[in-house]
Amino acid sequence: MSHPLLSIQGLTKRYPGVVANSEVTFDIGEGEVHALLGENGAGKSTLVKAIYGLIRPNEGRMLWRGQPYAPGAPAQARATGVAMVFQHFSLFDAMDVAENVALGMDNPPPIRELAARIIEVSNTYGLPLDPGRMVGDLSAGERQRVEIIRCLLQNPQLLIMDEPTSVLTPQEVEILFRTLRQLRSEGKSILYISHKLEEIRALCENATVLRHGKVVGRADPRQESARSLAEMMVGQTLHVPSRRREAPGRPLLQVENLSLAPQTAFGTALKGVTLTVRAGEILGIGGVAGNGQDELLSALSGELRAAPSAIRMDGTPVGGYGPTARRAMGLLCAPEERLGHAAAPDMSLIENALLTGAWREKLVRNGFVNWTKARDFAEKVILRFDVRTPGSHVAARALSGGNLQKFVIGREILQRPSVLVVNQPTWGVDASAAAAIRQALLDLAQAGAALVVISQDLDELLEVADNFAALNGGRLSAPRPVPGLTMDQIGLMLGGAEGDSDVAA
Amino acid sequence: MDLSAINPVVLIASLMVAATPILLAGMGELVVEKSGVLNLGVEGMMIVGAVSGFAVAATTGNPYLGMLASIAAGAALAAIFALLTQVLMANQVASGLALTLFGLGFSALVGQSYVGIVPPRTEKLTFGPLTDLPVLGRILFNQDILVYASIALVAAVWYWLRATRSGRVLRAVGENHDSAHALGYKVRRVRVLAILFGGACAGLGGGYLSLIRVPQWTEGMTAGAGWIALALVVFASWRPWRLLGGAYLFGGIMVLQFNLQAAGLRIPVEYLAMSPYLITILVLVVMSSNRARSSLSAPGSLGRSFHAAG
Repeated sequence: MSHPLLSIQGLTKRYPGVVANSEVTFDIGEGEVHALLGENGAGKSTLVKAIYGLIRPNEGRMLWRGQPYAPGAPAQARATGVAMVFQHFSLFDAMDVAENVALGMDNPPPIRELAARIIEVSNTYGLPLDPGRMVGDLSAGERQRVEIIRCLLQNPQLLIMDEPTSVLTPQEVEILFRTLRQLRSEGKSILYISHKLEEIRALCENATVLRHGKVVGRADPRQESARSLAEMMVGQTLHVPSRRREAPGRPLLQVENLSLAPQTAFGTALKGVTLTVRAGEILGIGGVAGNGQDELLSALSGELRAAPSAIRMDGTPVGGYGPTARRAMGLLCAPEERLGHAAAPDMSLIENALLTGAWREKLVRNGFVNWTKARDFAEKVILRFDVRTPGSHVAARALSGGNLQKFVIGREILQRPSVLVVNQPTWGVDASAAAAIRQALLDLAQAGAALVVISQDLDELLEVADNFAALNGGRLSAPRPVPGLTMDQIGLMLGGAEGDSDVAA
Repeated sequence: MDLSAINPVVLIASLMVAATPILLAGMGELVVEKSGVLNLGVEGMMIVGAVSGFAVAATTGNPYLGMLASIAAGAALAAIFALLTQVLMANQVASGLALTLFGLGFSALVGQSYVGIVPPRTEKLTFGPLTDLPVLGRILFNQDILVYASIALVAAVWYWLRATRSGRVLRAVGENHDSAHALGYKVRRVRVLAILFGGACAGLGGGYLSLIRVPQWTEGMTAGAGWIALALVVFASWRPWRLLGGAYLFGGIMVLQFNLQAAGLRIPVEYLAMSPYLITILVLVVMSSNRARSSLSAPGSLGRSFHAAG
């Protein structure tokens, strides 16, 4: 009888107060693409860390082709034939591609030889890469190539990919899938972790679903619908955000010909951005990361100043105002980076609530903080947006990404903005929390606010937005109404004139 | 004022001596910072190295044993810092400052009975006919062993960081400790070793001050050399050869200052004495005014504590 490549039997990992994995059992066969599904916090990462030797399980065992397998360190896992592409890239910005690859290998050849092999392997798998470039200058897709090539150079039998597509454009996803299929045809196995269900249906032949650390289902994703997989993952029927669409009111936010020079060496210049958002309307802005999203948010929030008349709020020129003045007028923003931009990681939720709520919620009087009011406000956000936390005194850093995101968005929404700008509102947030956040945005628009939602998740934009515009190289395309918009048209908008063929539907 | 009293050959030869303590300490700190740790205790480690080396040399009569003692003392003090910041996860800035204050006080206590003693002489090396060459002989071939050792150290660190696997791992740990950990590198171990190396270098730099440069023991004799060494690392944007250049530049200013005083320059001594520090501040302002450039060359994880997750 032939053994599966990797057999996981009754694996349990306990942390103080939490059981991250409980009695997890499944097999990965040779040449199989196996999906590991689950929401954030379901225990997927813990499980792959155990397979990759970063942590040791408390109970259970693993068999590699029938032989006991218990890696004590990543080097041991790599020697066995396990390689891993991390969700948050394990790369070093100030070092070049070849050095980054060398750091992930146990016995790297001299750099010059390695560079030649990188070029060879990257061309074989259709992932061209220049070994001499600094990783800090690469796009997200190219960075992932570095990780993948680093793995492939070690000729692994099992490739673990943790949320590989969360930062890729549809075109880059297509290239990645081609590579993965090529690997499968060579007999290599892939453990593919994701919560993007369409991808799993396109790629994987077996899926194991985790919830709260336990295996709650196995399926052949090709036989299931995305919805049935999602419900298996969440354990309940999914709520689809909805609202009544009404005729939009008067223009609340008008941006005219806004141009800004780049702020950093790697920044993007904004070039003649023009947009109008009316009361009750949501404008969705799509685009590949690094095309001016951060800059646009900073310009709208007031972190970057513009010509006074370039940005008007309800007719008043506000381009020259700073964030505090704009907040006072009702223009609120929630930036993408949760830790360090939207929230101060080491401060409590009360203090974080105070940071943006101080003026509109009148939490400060005569220069003194009213802590009672601040705590009440923080607790109102926690309650209304179902933020899972032991209390409002907890540091922002201690919350999971999804919970902190609910807090950050909720904090702005409860200040009753007349204009709200959010960037990546559901990035790294699990399905049910994402649905809750989108519903809250829709409710806010329903109540008469004007919203700008910047996101790289096209499905999200199509779900919530009334109009869609694309950012490309700091230019904003003319907005078009979402109903009737096809993926092909969106692809054209995202890429300017190119890239219309590869867009994944 | 009589500038002809200043002999450029003597000036260059003595600036190399003046620069060696800050070069050694700066080289150590460069490695520490490349591993992502900011140790502000350089001044403290230097002065403890100075007093320990002096005490051992004065007792045994052997300056080389003294230098070994300096190395050991600097590393021992650095071990305290490593324990605080890498094991107990204390704040690096506060721990470093505490280390400096502790070192200054501790050295004063230990050094009381050594004030006014003359240490054993460290002979300058001679290279036969080479030493007798005009100009070059005096500058290049008639220095003490540590001047040569410090230059060799620059070359060694440069080569090590650039071309060896362990050097690459050290840079990786300093650049992004989370990534390095995910790849299975021992972040804490690398950092502890780097801190010990930095302490040893700073201690030796201090020993050089009390055994060769001055040479005697007085309380607080490092007089800010440790801070200059710290500034040098930034000035050099974490590059070994630039650090050598910077150290000789600062050494030159210090020596010139003495020479100008001796030549009878008619401005108060205090202005000359503060000039190296003023120039350090100026250099730091100029370096950091160009934000994009300096942030690109600084190690990405510099000064951040590493907590292993999972």
